[in-house]
Amino acid sequence: MLKFLFNGLLRDKSRSLLPVIIVTVGVMITVFLHAYLTGVLTDSIEVSAKLTTGHVKVTTYGYEQNSSQQPNEFAMDDVEQLVEELNRDYPDIEWAERILFGGLLDAPDSTGATRAQGNVSGAGVRLIGSDAEIERMDLQTKLFSGRFPEQPGEILMSNDLFVRMKLAPGDVVTLISSSMYGDMAMYNFTVCGTLHFGVAALDKGMIIADIADIRRALYMEGAAGEVLGFFPEYYDDELGLQLQTEFNSARLDKEDAYSLVLTPMSKAEGIDFLISYSNYAGLVVILIFVFAMSIVLWNAGLLGGLRRYGEFGLRLAIGETKHEAYASLVGEAVLIGLIGSVIGTAFGLLLSYLMQHYGLDASSMIKDSTLMMPTVFRARITPETYFIGFIPGVLSTVIGAMLAGIGIYKRQTAHLFKELEA
Amino acid sequence: MQSIVEVQQLTKKFPVGTGFFTALKEIDLSFTRGEFAGLVGPSGSGKTTLLNIIGSLDIPSSGEVVVMGNSVSRLTARQAALLRKQQLGFIFQNYNLLPVYTVYENVEFPLLLLNLSASERKSRVLETLEWVGLTDKINSRPAELSGGECQRVAIARAMVKRPVLVLADEPTANLDSVNSHNILKTMLRLNEELKTSFIFATHDEKVIAYLRRIIRLEDGRVVADEQVTPTNT
Repeated sequence: MLKFLFNGLLRDKSRSLLPVIIVTVGVMITVFLHAYLTGVLTDSIEVSAKLTTGHVKVTTYGYEQNSSQQPNEFAMDDVEQLVEELNRDYPDIEWAERILFGGLLDAPDSTGATRAQGNVSGAGVRLIGSDAEIERMDLQTKLFSGRFPEQPGEILMSNDLFVRMKLAPGDVVTLISSSMYGDMAMYNFTVCGTLHFGVAALDKGMIIADIADIRRALYMEGAAGEVLGFFPEYYDDELGLQLQTEFNSARLDKEDAYSLVLTPMSKAEGIDFLISYSNYAGLVVILIFVFAMSIVLWNAGLLGGLRRYGEFGLRLAIGETKHEAYASLVGEAVLIGLIGSVIGTAFGLLLSYLMQHYGLDASSMIKDSTLMMPTVFRARITPETYFIGFIPGVLSTVIGAMLAGIGIYKRQTAHLFKELEA
Repeated sequence: MQSIVEVQQLTKKFPVGTGFFTALKEIDLSFTRGEFAGLVGPSGSGKTTLLNIIGSLDIPSSGEVVVMGNSVSRLTARQAALLRKQQLGFIFQNYNLLPVYTVYENVEFPLLLLNLSASERKSRVLETLEWVGLTDKINSRPAELSGGECQRVAIARAMVKRPVLVLADEPTANLDSVNSHNILKTMLRLNEELKTSFIFATHDEKVIAYLRRIIRLEDGRVVADEQVTPTNT
């Protein structure tokens, strides 16, 4: 019987070709969109992770509770020892110390009087002696002019701020901020290069210096506000939450503001939404395509079904039950869904691969974005990409066939039978 | 003689607007094994409705129709399908062959529903196609056949499962005179050789000439029921 139905399906192009084409196109778009969204969202998450949050972040409890204020009075002491412990306990994770701070940048004239000033937010990261942070933060591609710090006392600043303050390469600027003890701190830096992030929030007034210089500037010897942890590949929320439980049960004491706390990226303010959205994006794409394709296939099924009511009438007359006729209709739909899904997935994977490999340079479109986004949009093929298209592909054909086939039940057998004569 | 169909006080009404149209009125009939009978009457006389009810494709509004011991009104959909599958064959005015399948596959289809083995299906299909003289058209599609050949395929499809009763609704309506006689001779031969009963719904004089029993219907009532000597044999 299956062979009989399969032969009929193959030979009757209106029953097979059109639905297979619809499913193929729908599945191809689903697979591509899923890979594209996964790629862009993952890259956006990774950009945020590398620039600000890490995949996990270790701070003191007091720092974590007031993190939006970058409260360096709650910075961690003896960070070298902490990083050693973290490397020992979690050898697969790369750990990096950072100090975030805010302040005022002052550019003096030749007499020492203020020539220009600007509010800045800054980051102290390891720039001298290691390229790890430069690569991680992708600073090489963001270097607009000049070079990276090579000597103590050199600083990078956002190009917009650099232009606004009418600075020249090699100019000396003074950072006025507060030390980790709450005193005013002042420290002179030499501008060695400028950066363009492509993110308005960062380009407005960002400075980056070697962490050793920032420690000296803010009287934070041996200390750091944050130690960021980076997983070997992409962020894994399950692992992040597991580390949170493990670490915090051993180290966190909410009565002690200086006890250590580990925060996974999904709990970081502003990022939690992005990760949740990323997790549900695939589901949303699937639901949209199941719905849209079901309507299209339902209509295709209705048109085909109307033409086939006569055939069903004949089959009922010969001795099939309505249930058997309906089941065979659904069986055909499963077959069409599977064939269309295989072809659509193959095409979708091809498109996704091209998008993953070459990417789409969107830097001009997002130059004033306030979001931290990648400047090149890339798809990302994951294990899910290989099967995700089968869900809308098969579900939509089956739902479409089930809806269209209801007519078999609604019509009286003799009525169907009479349609043979039409 | 063994009775295969008993019709008692059969009435069939169809809803029309706010009222009813009575297609069959208090019909009493009985058919025995091996009959070659016809329901004869003008359009709208109730021939096809009666055929549908005997074929368990429809149910009576009142009265009773018993087909091979099964009361049609009491059959579940599954039981009615089983009755059609095992005991009844249908032949239609428009042949109603499945266009995408070959002659062989069209004739084989009823046997697939009976879950017969492939070898048994093959021997039965070939034997049946030989009866109707279509062994040279096994791999042809319906579109490649003449009207007479299509109707012979339909007869083969109805006969391949060796039904007790074949219900033929205007089987010659779309055929010319020569093809009509050929078809009727084929059916008559099958009736005589296999003792398969045939009930026709027709107003075609060519068919009537072959019948051994003529039941005349007018406005849903039986107005005559007579055994006759076929004028064409």
